[in-house]
Amino acid sequence: MDIIAQLFAGLSLGSVLLLAALGLSLTFGQMGVINMAHGEFMMAGAYTAFVVQGVVGDAGVSLLLALPLGFVVGGLLGLLLEATLIHRMYRRPLDTLLVTWGVALVLQQVARDVFGAPNVDVRAPAWLSGAVQIGGLALPRTRLFILTLAIVCVVALALALRATPLGRRIRAVVQNRDLAEASGISSRATDRVTFFIGSGLAGVAGVALTLLGSIGPTLGTNYIVDAFLVVVAGGIGQIKGTVIAATALGLMQSFFEYSTTASVAKVLVFVTIVAFLQLRPQGLVSVRTRSLA
Amino acid sequence: MLELSGVTTGYGRTMVVHDVDLTVPDGALTAVLGHNGAGKTTLLRAVLGLLPVRGGTVRLAGEDVTALAPHKRVRRGIAYVPQGQQSFGQLSARENLQVVADAHGRAGRRRTDEALDLFPALRELLGRQAGLLSGGQRQQLAIARALVTGPRLLVLDEPVEGIQPNVVTEIYDAISTLTAAGSLSVLLVEQHIGYAVEHAAEFAVLTSGRVAHRGQGGGEGASADARKALAL
Repeated sequence: MDIIAQLFAGLSLGSVLLLAALGLSLTFGQMGVINMAHGEFMMAGAYTAFVVQGVVGDAGVSLLLALPLGFVVGGLLGLLLEATLIHRMYRRPLDTLLVTWGVALVLQQVARDVFGAPNVDVRAPAWLSGAVQIGGLALPRTRLFILTLAIVCVVALALALRATPLGRRIRAVVQNRDLAEASGISSRATDRVTFFIGSGLAGVAGVALTLLGSIGPTLGTNYIVDAFLVVVAGGIGQIKGTVIAATALGLMQSFFEYSTTASVAKVLVFVTIVAFLQLRPQGLVSVRTRSLA
Repeated sequence: MLELSGVTTGYGRTMVVHDVDLTVPDGALTAVLGHNGAGKTTLLRAVLGLLPVRGGTVRLAGEDVTALAPHKRVRRGIAYVPQGQQSFGQLSARENLQVVADAHGRAGRRRTDEALDLFPALRELLGRQAGLLSGGQRQQLAIARALVTGPRLLVLDEPVEGIQPNVVTEIYDAISTLTAAGSLSVLLVEQHIGYAVEHAAEFAVLTSGRVAHRGQGGGEGASADARKALAL
């Protein structure tokens, strides 16, 4: 039973990582932008849930409202960042890293000024309190909700990329920007939409995180490194890889923690990933083509 | 259809193409010849707007498009088949055409069908990932993709380079079919003079980024003329 409990804990952690990394798999994985403020978009999503609950009151309604609103808030912040700063430095990754890190610090300070430095709580709805009993195992409803949300987000994103005109356009621009432009596709407009969706997913992740504990201005910093790790280990630009890597990281953390401590487990996870990337620098999933383009 | 006057362009501060004048008349084929490194591709990239023009103007059907983004030039009727059989490698062949047709609604779907009529072999390969197609198949896909935009001017950069001979014939036949109707103008860049000089109304030889020679295509002495200009 212990193993099953650890398995669930790992999957649950994996689903949180996946939510955090899914947006990055677009903005970093597909577009190559190292956006250090991605975590702060999550934080913005979390505070969106806090504000919505303040206005609406009912925890259930506010959660359901906060999910799409968090997406929009995260997305708009991303859009603003892309339009003002990032699009000027698409070929300068180090500059992007520094600038977006600066933006992350600014956003944290804005959150501190607006909401105060101490953490705040967002109440979980009654239908998410308690646990589902399966056998002798108690599975917290909030964790199950986040797991489901992660699956819904992955499926929605995969479908959007695979089966919609917008998805085709995004994939075309990501693969060959010049060819896309020379085929009549506006790469600027596509970049903006891609960044909106990627950042919006961070907002959704932030809303989900409010179910796991109190939230504060530095909420995002706890997840940003892990999220980048997931995308790199999964194989840049591959959603399938991101899903597998997030699940694997969650499970590893959970099982290492079981036999050691949280900190040692973290170190072991890092070491495992470094070793893995030495063996397979392209990550878990890579793409075969006969041409360079 | 296309009028370049005094076009100067390059990469960063290094100018590669200097002061080029070139015209592609309505419904005609104009060829640009030159050795490797002569600036042919650079010139085409400037025509498409993929490189900024540092001097001179690019006019399409009388309209100055020098400052327009590439996708806007495409919407005004320029289609581009770049060098190297480029495709969106991770998209299927069908998606390579769809992604362009999406922007053109019903006309896009109709033109996709017409383009596939030109290369019937592609119909069997539509589900295949474009990056896994052979060079010749990818080039046919690239030309089909360009045609889906509904061009008035087709810009082709060494369309048969590195392609097996029987597919070369198919590609040249397709270009001839397209120009035969007289409604499509073609700007063709080649290293080899054969087809280009034979079918061009006019040709220009580019050397070190400048037009070193101009000639009339098609006639009896055209090949010899081009050969001499290229110092072959």
